[in-house]
Amino acid sequence: MSRIVVQKRTFGALRWILIAVLVIATVFPFYYMVELSLVPIEQVLLHPERLWIPIQNFTLKTYAEVLKPQEDGGQGFAGFMLNSGIVAIATAAITLLIAIPGSYAVSRLKFFGRRQVSALFLAVYLFPVIIIAIPLFVGFSALGIRESLFGLTIVYIAQTIPVSIHMLRSYLKSIPESVEEAAMVDGAGRLRILWKITVPLAMPSIISTGLYVFMIAWNEFLFALLFLAADRNLWTVSLGLSQLSNGIEVSKTVLMAGSVLLTIPIIVLYGLTERSLTEGLTSGADKG
Amino acid sequence: MVLPTTIIIIAIVIIPVIWNFVLAFQQTDFTSIAENGLANPFTLDNFVGVLTDPGFWSSLWTTIVYSVFSTAGSIAVGLVAALAFRQPFRGRGLARSLMLLPYVAPVVAVTFVWQIMLNAQFGIVNTLGKAWFGWEHPIDFLGKAPYALITVIVFEIWRYFPFAFLFITARLVALPRDVEEAALVDGVTPWQNFRQIVFPQLLPVISLLSVLRLIMTFNKFDDVYLLTGGGAGTEVAAVRVYDTLVGSFDIGGAAANAFVLSAILSVFLFIYVKFFANKGDDE
Repeated sequence: MSRIVVQKRTFGALRWILIAVLVIATVFPFYYMVELSLVPIEQVLLHPERLWIPIQNFTLKTYAEVLKPQEDGGQGFAGFMLNSGIVAIATAAITLLIAIPGSYAVSRLKFFGRRQVSALFLAVYLFPVIIIAIPLFVGFSALGIRESLFGLTIVYIAQTIPVSIHMLRSYLKSIPESVEEAAMVDGAGRLRILWKITVPLAMPSIISTGLYVFMIAWNEFLFALLFLAADRNLWTVSLGLSQLSNGIEVSKTVLMAGSVLLTIPIIVLYGLTERSLTEGLTSGADKG
Repeated sequence: MVLPTTIIIIAIVIIPVIWNFVLAFQQTDFTSIAENGLANPFTLDNFVGVLTDPGFWSSLWTTIVYSVFSTAGSIAVGLVAALAFRQPFRGRGLARSLMLLPYVAPVVAVTFVWQIMLNAQFGIVNTLGKAWFGWEHPIDFLGKAPYALITVIVFEIWRYFPFAFLFITARLVALPRDVEEAALVDGVTPWQNFRQIVFPQLLPVISLLSVLRLIMTFNKFDDVYLLTGGGAGTEVAAVRVYDTLVGSFDIGGAAANAFVLSAILSVFLFIYVKFFANKGDDE
């Protein structure tokens, strides 16, 4: 019996230490980000060891500088945020428009090659992105759409459709088909059923999928770098932050304000959708 | 109804993959593509160039070390975290949500914070290291050979353990309780309970996670590029392809490199499916 007691005590104590370490490890970088975004760089150089900032040293000038357009001596992050917002909203809207009928078909209709189509979508997920980046870089340059938000949006749509279909499909499966069959008996067509019955029923899942797609597009870096690096007016927030952080002209605490601005929309959206998001992503995993 | 999906996937994914294959066999640059399109002469030079370059092999080795340790580390931490969070406690929901922050936050923002935290001049890690552990010199975590790769792996574990945590937690919740309760009545120790009862039931989800994470880390570009730029012994394969494309405008070389990369990946996948795939996970 005593071994059980000893182990229970040890694991019990270890568990609390672990939880504390994990929470600190995950939260600290974000705390540090916010902290450094609120002080002038001289303060950090003077007191690098400080883990909290006296209230009289707080400043919001960093945010003002990072947001202001370049002509007014700022870094133009307001413009970058607008670019990111346009791309992310367009991506989310168009992806949903394409993925809703797609996932409906995959989950309901028995058509030739259905399994192949699903396998194809999965394969997209596992392919090295860099392998499609080269031809897209070359092809979009030839078409003249490489340096445009439009070109970037097309790539994001293609990248997010597979995961959207995966998330929507598992939700659609949970809606009983009998509801739709009843409507079909009443003479409604497939598209009408999809629009009038299935979409309203699946709305929670559609919203969380849309927000997830928005988050992916907002966070994306590689294609933004490949396509838009040369034209500062088209930079997204991610690209802008990474380009400016390579240089030494802009003070690090100003850039820290930029990275807070990059992160906040994601944290807010994540807070709104956490439950449905985690369920959508892990669907299937709980079956072992 | 799958038509729009199929069209865009074919246009943006399938055709590029095939085109990449074609490009890999051509000696091309931007002008020759503009003039001749796909009709450039075929050659094996790119593959010879890639395979005889020692830089390719060292980057492949770096990629393997990076992928294996990041995957194993993130799953191990995720597993331990999921077990620590198994019994309810006050504030568990909030702590759980916080735990997923590294995974959802923008990669550019978190790599930037890590760079500043590890900064040799005023970063908090070196400052505290000097004050608490008596380091004589600041450690150049991202710019010196053995440290940089280790740092990148630690970063990867930090960023992706939430993913493993999420999946393992979902599985833990679904485990039937009666077996464990019966075993407790029979007087098993907590360790035996984990080792003999819980862990075997988690194996399928752990093996699924290993494959997913291995593939994703193997292809990873952003994290390493943003942290070190591929310097100091951290040039993983995807960063190398990018440098070949953007740094030296060698389209054929980059395509051949990317092609070899996905061929290696396919071999790994094939071996996995052939020998290790669990019959249980036919989702």
